[in-house]
Amino acid sequence: MDNVSRREFIRKAALASGGCAVFLLLGPGGKGNAAQPGAEGGSPLGDYDWEQHQYAYLIDTVKCIGCGMCVKACKAENNVPDGFFRTWIERYEISEDGEAEVDSPNGGLDGFEENVSHVKIAKAFFVPKMCNHCAASPCVQVCPVGASYRTKDGVVLVDQEHCVGCGYCVQACPYGSRFIPHDENTPYARTAHKCTLCYHRITKGLKPACVAACPVGARQLADMKDQFDPVRKRIITERVAVLQPELLTEPSCYYSALDKEVR
Amino acid sequence: MIPELQGFLFPNDIHILWSLMIVLYPYVTGLVAGAFIVSSLYHVFGRKELWPIGRFSLVASFAFMAVATLPLVNHLGHPERAFNIMVTPNSSSAMAGFGLVYNWYLMILILEIWFVFRKDIVMTARQSRGFKRFVFSMLALRTYDISEAALKTDHKIVTVLTAIGIPSACFLHGYVGFLFGALKANPWWSTPLMPVIFLFSAVVSGIAAMILMYMAAMALKGLPILRKTVATMASWLWLFMILTVTLELLEIITLAYESSEEWVIIRQLLTTRLSFSFISMQLIIGSLIPFILLLIVVLLGSQMKARVQNILAGTASCILLVQVFSMRWNVVIGGQLFSKSLRGLRSMYEPGFFEKEGILPALLIISLPFVILVVFEKFLPMFRSVEEAYAAGEIAMEDGEPAEADH
Repeated sequence: MDNVSRREFIRKAALASGGCAVFLLLGPGGKGNAAQPGAEGGSPLGDYDWEQHQYAYLIDTVKCIGCGMCVKACKAENNVPDGFFRTWIERYEISEDGEAEVDSPNGGLDGFEENVSHVKIAKAFFVPKMCNHCAASPCVQVCPVGASYRTKDGVVLVDQEHCVGCGYCVQACPYGSRFIPHDENTPYARTAHKCTLCYHRITKGLKPACVAACPVGARQLADMKDQFDPVRKRIITERVAVLQPELLTEPSCYYSALDKEVR
Repeated sequence: MIPELQGFLFPNDIHILWSLMIVLYPYVTGLVAGAFIVSSLYHVFGRKELWPIGRFSLVASFAFMAVATLPLVNHLGHPERAFNIMVTPNSSSAMAGFGLVYNWYLMILILEIWFVFRKDIVMTARQSRGFKRFVFSMLALRTYDISEAALKTDHKIVTVLTAIGIPSACFLHGYVGFLFGALKANPWWSTPLMPVIFLFSAVVSGIAAMILMYMAAMALKGLPILRKTVATMASWLWLFMILTVTLELLEIITLAYESSEEWVIIRQLLTTRLSFSFISMQLIIGSLIPFILLLIVVLLGSQMKARVQNILAGTASCILLVQVFSMRWNVVIGGQLFSKSLRGLRSMYEPGFFEKEGILPALLIISLPFVILVVFEKFLPMFRSVEEAYAAGEIAMEDGEPAEADH
């Protein structure tokens, strides 16, 4: 991941500043020898070819039981600092007269306790949330220094060695998926953090931690360039929805059985 | 008491990211644009009665501009990487244009100040000795021609620069509004009116600041405050505050009348978290009272004593400076007080006094332009023409109508 971000940064820097490129390669941001990868379009990840994959994600809200395993797994895998979430679970309880009550105690990390309210609940369900890895991502659009970018295989990442920590991406994300931890004990403190779709895992053929940890298969990774991927088949043949579709951010994260109350 | 959190918030949404510093940034750039508009009223639009502050407002604009980046840099998580915004700008980012917009405008300001003060620089270089002579001859760029023809050329250049400067100042501040107005994720920010509102309120804060700073400077120097100068600024202030408040109200009224899904949370925001800073400060105290005070000045100014007129205009200016600050606060902080779930409100943001992005650093930053102005005045007096006119008896220190020379 480190290599990707560095290389991407250098490519963008060269594009954006033309003549300054030489200076940049030798400068503190570029670290000289990191500019080694092969010809334009080749993968910076060795054998892994990012042109051969296009990741998407399917969340089945009917299956989710709100156990919080995905949130725990994500936190453990990615050292997510306390009080922040790369993924979280929301609980919706909708009364007979249509009043929706939503909560997400500690992001669903510890699961949910039974809600003893007096209203008659007509339906209730859990909705896991995460970065939508949008194709038209507002966060990438607004990043002033090009530290936020989308990989060729469809994952939105942050070059945390280049991020200035202005927070514009956090404001621009309609889904609340990004955060900036200021605690100095957090690696890459004071820069933008977000779900990487466990890029370090998926580029090795593994599943993201949240997908691997889900006991009911509510969270699944799809490769849209793999003709035989069963999750891809579900996304293209079944009725799926995305969050806040009116914003036209083109999310790669699809939801099955999404309720109108969810944004 | 306002409860801590209310309703459902996305779990990452409970933190306020953009602090007092980001409130200060549009406030300061607003003063830049506003002060420049005042100077252009004199330099381009021929409001000759503004002659005492023609130069002062230009330098004031520069002084505010010089500190405009400080709140931003202080806010950055990694200020040491601030120059990335110039070195690797992302062409699709509104914020990446900052380096370009800022430097362009700064260049125009410096050039204009140089041409306006060129005669003074050359004179000082000629009349002084030693190190001072060296510094001023450097500042003069070793061009000592101050003949009638050369000064006429200077004057023309200043007019052209101001003419370029006005759209640049509008662009600079409209751009700041655009940073907020173009974020579709936030319904409280996302409106095409935002840059326009920012621009007009910038002019309001700039004129208000110039009225107060002019009065303060004259009081410090023991020079008379000219009735006509204040009256002209007060009437422009009145016009721009009407435009600003109209636009601010239009935005809310449209939101309320459309009653889209975002209005539910924005109505809660305005009536709970922002009830003091929006309804009381921005609308009632901040707009209604100065409107009435300035109305009195505009309608009855010539019939009242200069002192009374100055007190009314000064009070209105003070209040309007607070009003514009409240507006910035309500936009920047208000936009972060509700969650993007549109289902919940955060707890109030109260900046600490000593913290990195707290009140003390804000006070230091906002006082720096005044230090710059005092230092500038030591080197290149900005009120020379006023001092000369006073010494020559063309204007007098009195309560009534001072005799004014035509400048």
